[in-house]
Amino acid sequence: MSAVGELSPYLVLILVGFLPNEIWRLLGLVLARGLNEESEWVVWSRAVATAILAGVIAKLVLFSGGALATIPLDVRVTATVAGFLAYLAIKRSIFAGVLVGEAALLIGGFFFAR
Amino acid sequence: MAGSLTFTSASAAFVGGIRSALTSVFFLVLAGTYVGIGALAHDFGFSAGWLGLSSVLVWAAPAQVILLSSLGAGSSLIESAVAVTLSAIRLFPMVVALLPLLRGEGRRLHHLLLPAHFTSISMWVESLRLLPTLPREWRLAFCNGLSVGYMGTAIAFGFVGFYLAAGLPTLFAGALLFLTPLSFLISTARNARMMVDRLALVLGLMIGPLFVWYQVELDLMWTGVVGGTVAYAMNRLREAAA
Repeated sequence: MSAVGELSPYLVLILVGFLPNEIWRLLGLVLARGLNEESEWVVWSRAVATAILAGVIAKLVLFSGGALATIPLDVRVTATVAGFLAYLAIKRSIFAGVLVGEAALLIGGFFFAR
Repeated sequence: MAGSLTFTSASAAFVGGIRSALTSVFFLVLAGTYVGIGALAHDFGFSAGWLGLSSVLVWAAPAQVILLSSLGAGSSLIESAVAVTLSAIRLFPMVVALLPLLRGEGRRLHHLLLPAHFTSISMWVESLRLLPTLPREWRLAFCNGLSVGYMGTAIAFGFVGFYLAAGLPTLFAGALLFLTPLSFLISTARNARMMVDRLALVLGLMIGPLFVWYQVELDLMWTGVVGGTVAYAMNRLREAAA
C-alpha cells in the first residue's frame, strides 16, 4: 500500500473509495425523483443495470483472476451452464443451481486444475 | 415465501427484512465474497478496522476489490479512484429503478438517502423481487432491514476472512470466488420476469466479453448502455407488433 503512505488510510478510503462510488447513488437519487416504476426511463434503467450486471458476471467467469484463474476456462463455463440448467430443472431453486454449479466446479477443478 | 410477508408495524417489517436477508441465498454469497475480500485486505496490509469501514462506506464488493487491489499494488490514488468510479456506474440505473418502489405517502428525499446508499447487487436483486409483494407502507422499513442484514453479514465474514487469511487451499479459494458470478447469474435470471430484462441479461452476457476481448475502454458502461438499450428497443418493437 505504498500509494497510501503520504495520507491517512482512512482519508484515502473516503477520497478514493467512498466518494467515487457514492456519487452514482446520489445521482440516481436526484434523477429518480418523480419517476414511477412503470415509467419508460425506469424500464430502460433496469435494462441497462441488468446488462451491466450480466457483463460483470461474464467477465468474472471468462476472464477470472486470482485463485479462480487456476481452474481452466472449460471447467468454469461448464460449471456455470450446469448450475443454470440445475436451477431450471429443480423447481427454479437458486440454491440448487448454486450447489450443482459449485459441485461441478470443484470436481472439474480437482481433476483439471493447473 | 414472498407471498406471505405481512407486517403490523414498521419495526416488524424491519426485523422481517433482516430475517429475509439472513435466510436468502445471498447470505451465503456475501459470506463467501467477503471472506475473499477479508483475505485480500489482510494480504495487502490493510487493518481490520479499515476493512470494516470500507464495507459500511463503499458497500459494493466489486469496488472494494478494485480499491484493495489497486491501492495494494501501488497504483496512484487518481488511477484507483477512476477504476472505482467506473465499477460504480451500474449503481446509478439501479437506484433509479429501485426508488420508485419505495415511494409512498409522506416519503421525503431524506427517507430515500439510506436505501440509495444501501443499493448494491444483492440488495437490489432481492428488493426488486420482494418489494412489489409488500404493501407500500412497509417497504422502506423492510428494505432497510434487508440491507442491514446483508451489510452485517458482509462485515462479519470480512473479519472471518481477514483472520483466516489465505489459509484456504487454492481450489477452495477459487470455488469461493466462483460463488459471486454463479449466484448473481441465477438470481438475476430468476428476477427477470419481464421480457425486456431477460433480453438485457442475455445481451449483456454476449456483449460484455466481446467488449473486453476487443479492449473497448469503459467496457462495462458500454455493455450496459448498448445491451440495455437494444433490449429496450427490441421489447418496444415486440410490443408494437403484438
